[in-house]
Amino acid sequence: MVLDILMIEDEPNIAEAVRFILGRDGWQLQLHADGLGGIEAIRQARPRLVILDLMLPHRSGAEILADLRSDPDAALAATPVLMLTARGQTPELAAQADAVLGKPFANDDLRAQVRRMLA
Amino acid sequence: MPDRPLFLERASFRRRRLGDAARVLPVVSALLVLLPVWWMPRLISFAAGAAWFFGLWAALILAVWALHRALLRAEAVTLRAEAAVVEAARERAAAQAAETGDTAARDSHGAF
Amino acid sequence: MPFETLVAGCLAYVALMFAVAFAADRAAERGRVRWLDHPLVYTLSLSVYCSAWTFYGAVGYATRSGLEFATIYLGPTIVCTGAWWGLRRLVRVARMHHVTSIADLISARFGKSNPLAALITLIAVIAATPYIALQLKSVRLSFEVFATETPQGAAPGGAFGGIGLWVAAGLALFTILFGTRNLAADERHHGVVTAIALEAVVKLLAFLALGVFVVWGLAEGPADMLDRIARAGRDPELAEGWLLRPDRWTALILVSAAALVTLPRMFQVMVVEAADEERLHVAGWAFPAYLFAMSLFVLPITVMGRELLPADANPDLFVLTLPAAAGQNLLAFLVFLGGFSAATSMVVVCAIALATMISNHWIVPGWLALRRRPAGEETEDLRGLVLNARRLAIIAVVGAGWVYHEASGGGAALASMGLVAFTGMAQVLPTMLGGLLWRGANRRGAYAGFGTGFALWLALIFLPSIGIGALPPLPERVDPLAFSIFLSLSLNTLVFIGVSIFGFPDPVERLQGLSFVSAVEPIRHSRMTRGEDRAEPLLAMARRVWGADPALRFFQAEAAQQGKSGYLPDLTPNFLTRLERRLAGSIGAATAHAMIDRVAGGVALTVSDLLQVADEAQRAKEEAQRLESATTELARTATQLREANDKLTALSVQKDAFLGQISHELRTPMTSVRAFSEILMTPDLSDEERARFAKIIHDEAGRLTRLLDDLLDLSVLESGRAQLTVTAANLHDLIGRALSAASATRPERSFTVERDMPSEHLPVITDADRLLQVLINVISNSRKYCDSDRPVLRIRARRSEQGGAQIDIIDNGSGIDASRQSLIFEKFARLNDPARAGGAGLGLAICREIMAVLGGDITYLPGQGGAAFRIELPRRPPAGAAQTHS
Repeated sequence: MVLDILMIEDEPNIAEAVRFILGRDGWQLQLHADGLGGIEAIRQARPRLVILDLMLPHRSGAEILADLRSDPDAALAATPVLMLTARGQTPELAAQADAVLGKPFANDDLRAQVRRMLA
Repeated sequence: MPDRPLFLERASFRRRRLGDAARVLPVVSALLVLLPVWWMPRLISFAAGAAWFFGLWAALILAVWALHRALLRAEAVTLRAEAAVVEAARERAAAQAAETGDTAARDSHGAF
Repeated sequence: MPFETLVAGCLAYVALMFAVAFAADRAAERGRVRWLDHPLVYTLSLSVYCSAWTFYGAVGYATRSGLEFATIYLGPTIVCTGAWWGLRRLVRVARMHHVTSIADLISARFGKSNPLAALITLIAVIAATPYIALQLKSVRLSFEVFATETPQGAAPGGAFGGIGLWVAAGLALFTILFGTRNLAADERHHGVVTAIALEAVVKLLAFLALGVFVVWGLAEGPADMLDRIARAGRDPELAEGWLLRPDRWTALILVSAAALVTLPRMFQVMVVEAADEERLHVAGWAFPAYLFAMSLFVLPITVMGRELLPADANPDLFVLTLPAAAGQNLLAFLVFLGGFSAATSMVVVCAIALATMISNHWIVPGWLALRRRPAGEETEDLRGLVLNARRLAIIAVVGAGWVYHEASGGGAALASMGLVAFTGMAQVLPTMLGGLLWRGANRRGAYAGFGTGFALWLALIFLPSIGIGALPPLPERVDPLAFSIFLSLSLNTLVFIGVSIFGFPDPVERLQGLSFVSAVEPIRHSRMTRGEDRAEPLLAMARRVWGADPALRFFQAEAAQQGKSGYLPDLTPNFLTRLERRLAGSIGAATAHAMIDRVAGGVALTVSDLLQVADEAQRAKEEAQRLESATTELARTATQLREANDKLTALSVQKDAFLGQISHELRTPMTSVRAFSEILMTPDLSDEERARFAKIIHDEAGRLTRLLDDLLDLSVLESGRAQLTVTAANLHDLIGRALSAASATRPERSFTVERDMPSEHLPVITDADRLLQVLINVISNSRKYCDSDRPVLRIRARRSEQGGAQIDIIDNGSGIDASRQSLIFEKFARLNDPARAGGAGLGLAICREIMAVLGGDITYLPGQGGAAFRIELPRRPPAGAAQTHS
């Protein structure tokens, strides 16, 4: 079974909210709670979409994203990424990520974005 | 230097001469203790010798006391005189700086 | 006088000495050293020169050799007439280099060579052992005479056999108690010095009282006395011995002059215990006056003793037997106490001096050589090692003296032991004078000269004195002692000069030689520093030697002098040189040099350093010094400016970061609140889910409130509008409350908490709630971040010097990198793991602001083997702070 979404987010409550919202839409979602080992988690799970928090302990979302994009496995490197950020929109991140969603977000925006990206 | 105060010259001169005295004193005292025994051991060995050595001894103690007092005073005087000279030089420099309107010179003096 | 009364009086006197030493140490600890530092106390402590050998022996010596006894006092008098440029210079140079002993002085001068110091220590120990035995013997003899009251001096009775042992044990105890209390950066012992000064007064009073009694009580005044002396001089029995011999006279004056500066105990009181060279202005005349007073009545006592006492009376004991025979029991007891003082003060100071030498030049270097390990792994407490080495050495030195005393059976060989010790240490004189006056003197010359003198002294003077070997036959008119002295000293000097001329000193030696000869501050040489962050290991090393607080104080002062805040100064050559010299004050120059080499890298002498040597003579000129101080001032200002600028730059970066952080910290809980409230708006939820999501919203709202509270708190504190509720509180209670409140943080971890309960009971006048907030915060931080497997939290509280309180909170984790130590008190400067922190990273920033409002400070203490914070509280909050009293 193919995993739909891997989410890397250290705030347990936000992670729980996202899992609940997207789970009700029927998506398969797996969680990783630390910046450390984030890229390994992506390699292992090979999800169709990665939701990445920007502020992570040990290794930031931007660094994980850079790691992913430079992965030798071209298919993996092209995995779509949705970046969650609490610090306002940052253009250079938008360039690397496929989409950026600012915190706090409306639940419907999140659902629509995910649906669009996994379509 | 024409306007260098005379008392500094005198103070430091006196201090240097007292310093010379401090260097000579141990030599003199060693000679006064040793020579009589070398020359006339028989005469100096008994009551007369006791009187000589204890008299000399007391004199040496007084000499050291007086010398140290004089040296300390001379040093204090020299320090005061030097301070006065430095002060005078600084005032002159300040006056010159004020004349030329060059306040920067004074500032740099102040920094030191 | 019954034996029991004697012992009781003696014990009372000893108790007085302990009390005086204790009181002086206490006074010094409280910083009241003014009267302890008085030049007269210093002068009186010099009188340790007059040991029992001179107190009792001078009269015996005068009986046998007439005026020759005065050589022992005239030599030092001549040296004192040169106090202005001679002794002052010696003390200044020695203080400049923080020299701990005569051996250390020589070692420091000749390139910080430890083997040389070890060799000098050897001769000092060999010479001193019989000398200490002599002191013990004098005490035992005086006990015997006194208790039996027979003028002949009693045959050794069984009752007195143990006296030597008891005296030795008591002296060792006294010396250990007051001589090894601490390992301060300068080796001063106020308690010992004060007790010795008091003993000096007793000595002098006793001898003067006896002299007055003899001249005006037994004879009929000074004129009569002179007559009697003249008559005694005509007595053919005495005249032969009393005739002065020029060779002996000269040799003895030379040797006793040398003894004043080379005997370990004299060096100890004159140089090591001196705060500065100024006190020699008084001692320069007062010490000869003391010697004068001690010898003025020697001839009268000699003459009257011969006239009044039986012919077979021991002249060495005239001072005791004369008053005793005249029925003056109290006077005799006073004289007994005087002799006792002379013996004990000599043994105590000698033991301290020798113990310092033995531990610094034998034990510690040996120990360090045996345990050669990488610098980073050394954690053992060197201070304990050094102090224990000293205690052991004291016991060994005094013990050896006692063993010698027992083994020699108190035979006649002891009588000459004073001179044997004098001549032995005099062998150091050529090396010492050469080192101080001649830049060409070098280490090889010192080894060769001193070695020659040492060997000749052993063969010609020491061994014959204990009955081994004998002098080669000499012509009739040559005095063996004078011959040996002249031969050993002149060969010593010649070899020293000869080898020095052909030798070439290494650079360190040349730099030291320059500093010693021109009496200028030692040149600062650069070291090849291994990497950047050596300041903290150096601090850790200093802590091992001095203990935590003195090390921190020294480093803080040095940093402040460079214009830096905190505890870690830059490793400038200046700082390293000063640190090395201060360490040398505790463990000797050679060891300090080697230890800094190991931590901070070896000495790198560059061409410019050597060029500096060449023109260093001009460097000491006043103008240069004035310029230098101006440059230092400029450098300090520059450092301060640079630091301020760095801080401003960092602040501006931080301000941006701060806004970003606030945004993040506010948005994160908001995200959960918004997401779950939208979820709650959907109809198809179970009751259980509803309850859970509502709880999450509630928790996150609480987190938001806390964050806003913190921000508000911080802004109120920063603006100075904080209201303080000042009360009196017990620090112990506050720490207890803080510990229990903080235990909620990561409750799964069990911390060992080390507290010093008695010292915590300090009343503090402050805002107790605010202080509690700080304590909880710091302790919680430790609970969060300490990464040790067996976490230990140490809490130390004490009264600070300004009357406030000082609390150290130290854990055993990996601590905080030097590079981050200056950042942790900034807002949002959360360290390694934000997820674990739970808070917003404002805790320490708030702590700092609180402490500022309370008038105190919170700082990070580097080099404590873990993260360590020091909270400093003033006696009471500053008057300016907004206060409501309750």
